[in-house]
Amino acid sequence: MAQQIIFYILAIVISVFSIMAVSSKRLIRSATYLLFVLLATAGLYILLGYYYLFAVQTAVYAGGIMILFIFAILLTQKPGDKIAPEPMRQRLLAIALSVIGLAFTAHIIMHNINRVYTLMDTQITTKHIGMTLMGTEKFQYLLPFELISVLLLACIVGGIMIARRR
Amino acid sequence: MLQNYSQPLEFTNLTTWIDSTLGANLPSFWSIAIEMVLVAVALLAVYSLTAMILIYVERKITAFFQARIGPNRVGKYGIFQTVADVIKILLKEIIHVNKVDKFLFYAAPFFMIVASMLTFGAIPFAQGLHAVDFNIGVFYVTAVSSLGIIGVLLAGWSSNNKYSMIGAMRSGAQFVSYELSAGFALMTMVVLTGTMQLSEMIESQRFCWNIFNGHISAIVAFIIYLISGHAETNRGPFDLPEAESELTAGYHTEYSGLQFGFFYLAEYLNMFIIASIAATVFLGGWMPLQVRGWDAFNQIMWYLPSYMWFTIKVFLLIFFSLWVRWSFPRLRIDQLLNLEWKYLLPINLVNILVMVLLVLAGWTLNDIF
Repeated sequence: MAQQIIFYILAIVISVFSIMAVSSKRLIRSATYLLFVLLATAGLYILLGYYYLFAVQTAVYAGGIMILFIFAILLTQKPGDKIAPEPMRQRLLAIALSVIGLAFTAHIIMHNINRVYTLMDTQITTKHIGMTLMGTEKFQYLLPFELISVLLLACIVGGIMIARRR
Repeated sequence: MLQNYSQPLEFTNLTTWIDSTLGANLPSFWSIAIEMVLVAVALLAVYSLTAMILIYVERKITAFFQARIGPNRVGKYGIFQTVADVIKILLKEIIHVNKVDKFLFYAAPFFMIVASMLTFGAIPFAQGLHAVDFNIGVFYVTAVSSLGIIGVLLAGWSSNNKYSMIGAMRSGAQFVSYELSAGFALMTMVVLTGTMQLSEMIESQRFCWNIFNGHISAIVAFIIYLISGHAETNRGPFDLPEAESELTAGYHTEYSGLQFGFFYLAEYLNMFIIASIAATVFLGGWMPLQVRGWDAFNQIMWYLPSYMWFTIKVFLLIFFSLWVRWSFPRLRIDQLLNLEWKYLLPINLVNILVMVLLVLAGWTLNDIF
């Protein structure tokens, strides 16, 4: 009962602020609304009992990426000015595309959720996550983890290259 | 158990009594709901009371460091000075600034206060006085406390004021860099104790505090944590986000009344939070001083209730932070960032490796003795 109520509150927060994030005319407000969406998503994780995921979501997205977003926006020309609205044809196209995307993901989720989704009875310990992330057996993720770190390294090198050119 | 007689003042008795009385008379849904409200009210009360005590203590100690008397008019030794100040700040007008981004301007103080409140709620104050005991306690604390800086950045930008903006940018750069060091220092201790849960961490320090257990590496981590925690709270030699002589008051220049009060409150409580996390992770938290084998001594130590132990440790650390604050001159921004990125961070990374080696080789004090 209480869980249902909290879930609906979080769901409403997520959907309302998602729409506000894309429809707001000021860039920095969009970033703030996006932050609310990310925090409410963290709330969903805590509702499920995935405390580690909650902390990662808060630390990485809300605490890290959002701060970088805001920093980047503050460095742009006039972050508080209203952005001129797009022409009508583009807007319609964007709405159509997002509805198609929503329908596509909703279809996939509705059909596959019961097959993959099982709620863990016990809390997932940090040790378990560490072992899974660093193991090489089946259902363990050392190779993807390393691949992602190579990707990140490439991003960093690329960032330095772009910054150097000035 | 002898300890039942030696702990008449612990809050455990009260909390168990409340829980059993509510559980006996109400359905579980309502008893849980009422308990949640009680915990929230208690936390808020402790939050504001701690802030008031801290402000008085800070003003008095600061005065002694500067060879002044400090507040001495309201009540004996000025002990009601903060009460008077609180009443004043509650009555003050909130000045509405015209050319600001209204939504962000009014939302920013709440980011600060909510972030520090969320962190405050997870601190183990005493035996049985621990609102939520996550299995990722330490990680939770670092994650949630990083939300506050968004409030600072938004406040600085939405004020539409150059001083605020520069203060917020400085504060942001400072917080993001020093948060890394604080996180790594805590991570070193997680390596030592093998758990992130704060209650388990305290229990594992019953006979040997972490700072002694991990000797070299733990002391280095402790010092780094104190430095970076001090920098995160924008105080002392690291207070250049609100350097009065150059930036008026930094990011909260345009705020007045209770909105300014929120920033002020959050800043004071952050000092308390940093000190209490340091006390919990490095100095055994609320656990009284215990020596293995000295049963009579341990018994006597338990006579002082655990929240008193916690308060003593935390206030020692706060006193230390004030001492640093009034002893060192303010750093320049480049010195500040150099200290973090060129000294603290490399030392920290090496320190984690040293700690891993200590634990693997069995050279911690608990392993040796």
